[in-house]
Amino acid sequence: MTGLRAVYRKELEDHFSSVRFILLMTVILMVSLLTAYMVGSGLRKELEGMQRPSMLFLLLFTSTGALLSLAQFIAFFGPLIGMVLGFDAINRERAARTLSKVLSQPIYRDAVINGKFLAGLTVIAVMLLAIVLLISGLGLRVLGVVPGWEEVARLAVYLVLSVVYIGFWLGVAILASVLFRSIATSALATLALWIFFAFFMALGASLVADIVTPLPPGLSQDPEALVRREGTQRMVASLSPMTLYSEATGTILDPMRKTTRSLVLVGPFERLSMSRFQNPLPLVQSALIVAPHLISLVAITMVCFAVCYAVFMRQEIRST
Amino acid sequence: MDTVVETHELTKRYGGQVAVNRLDLQIRKGEIFGFLGPNGAGKTTTFLMLLGLSEPTAGTARVCGFDPTREPLKVKRVVGYLPENVGFYEDMTASDNLRYVARLNGLRDGALQGKIEALLDQVGLLAEARKRVGAYSRGMRQRLGIAEVLLKDPQVAFLDEPTLGLDPDGTQKMLDFIQGLSREKGITVFFSSHQLDQVQRISDRVGIMLKGHLVAAGPIQELARQRLGVDQEKYTLEEIYLRYFREDQPTQ
Repeated sequence: MTGLRAVYRKELEDHFSSVRFILLMTVILMVSLLTAYMVGSGLRKELEGMQRPSMLFLLLFTSTGALLSLAQFIAFFGPLIGMVLGFDAINRERAARTLSKVLSQPIYRDAVINGKFLAGLTVIAVMLLAIVLLISGLGLRVLGVVPGWEEVARLAVYLVLSVVYIGFWLGVAILASVLFRSIATSALATLALWIFFAFFMALGASLVADIVTPLPPGLSQDPEALVRREGTQRMVASLSPMTLYSEATGTILDPMRKTTRSLVLVGPFERLSMSRFQNPLPLVQSALIVAPHLISLVAITMVCFAVCYAVFMRQEIRST
Repeated sequence: MDTVVETHELTKRYGGQVAVNRLDLQIRKGEIFGFLGPNGAGKTTTFLMLLGLSEPTAGTARVCGFDPTREPLKVKRVVGYLPENVGFYEDMTASDNLRYVARLNGLRDGALQGKIEALLDQVGLLAEARKRVGAYSRGMRQRLGIAEVLLKDPQVAFLDEPTLGLDPDGTQKMLDFIQGLSREKGITVFFSSHQLDQVQRISDRVGIMLKGHLVAAGPIQELARQRLGVDQEKYTLEEIYLRYFREDQPTQ
């Protein structure tokens, strides 16, 4: 594709040498390493003298540190990485009048938007890989435990999920930068969307479920109505990429988790048989549970980028 | 002499407003064509349509035989464009800016450094090549813009208000440069301005644009004859232009 390589290269250079990236990386690294160290030492103390549980290494990522576990931290702040990398992608060039200059060169117009998106994704992948590797290294040091192949594979799936998820937010940020002329507006718009998904989606899903499939008054113990309402709430909640991501990463990083549901109606005998089968789920099975989530995330990201692409291709670029 | 740029009934409408109205233009190879007109006359829009940066509402255009709407890349390979407010990446040096544009044009990295230095020397910026463009004055930016235009060895140069905001010395140098493009390099120059004395100095032919209409086009002597009468000995482009301009006003 004519021009894509040149744009990609330049955007990558810009990102890695920008103050923005250095600040972001420093903050995230600091928090991750701190949390990893605390979790590591905590785990080491707890497990002294006990038999080593399987999948110990993954506990490094899922046990709660000071406030959040590492996986929760990345789930919460990951979108910010995508937003920071993308919120001024197009409107900054428009303001500096470099966009018309770039587009008067013999390149395809979509090389610009594709190059920016790909460069952002590359930076995200590099950042996440660096964090995971650093934390693994720290964990090796503090815990003294080497991860098995299945744990490594699970971490790899986790990385792919995270890159796709943060890539979605990168796409949203670039879309905002295409739609809005002002850099501040695009930043605020993306932030508003993130706040909505982070804080209000759960409430919203519950509300919609109550409206569409309400529980009959009085007989609140009717299991069928409960299940129907639960189903509606889940369906609405799965519109949020945040829900998709947290469910998927929860399942892949915690092999004891056999289902993505948090509400499981079980009777006493089922509970008994469940307590007998406390073996961890093999990787393939966990991956199968997570596959629809991954596909949905990829699909949402592609739709977002497609809208962005379509709008950008039609816009008129003037330098005056 | 073959025609390098030609348009036929080229029109651009923005909603209800007509920016360019049925433009018929021919620019011959190697000549300097001055595009005159007040602000908002449609000069920049014409440039954008000829480059394929803006889609015409009606009519056709041909640049070096290519259609800018159908084959924009081929047009952009042979045309160098200097917009009215040329933008650069402020944090990068002049050489880096040129290098990026060269890469976008598909030029190989090998001989690039030498070529960039030669161009910067030509426009008189070699001493400041390592400085960030953010520190450049307007005159320096215009010169860097010209270097960018020459980077791809164009056949045609579109210059939108090239002398706007330059001091008298800078203006002189720019006009000499534009003449050099045509006389020495054989590049067809299509430039717009409302500095009438400057246009008179260097243009082979001029076109006067008023509210989207091309009201006159041709060599300056011909326009003088048409508007001011044969017995007019001395004329200035200003007189011709104002004559056209004032005639247009009553139609409001």
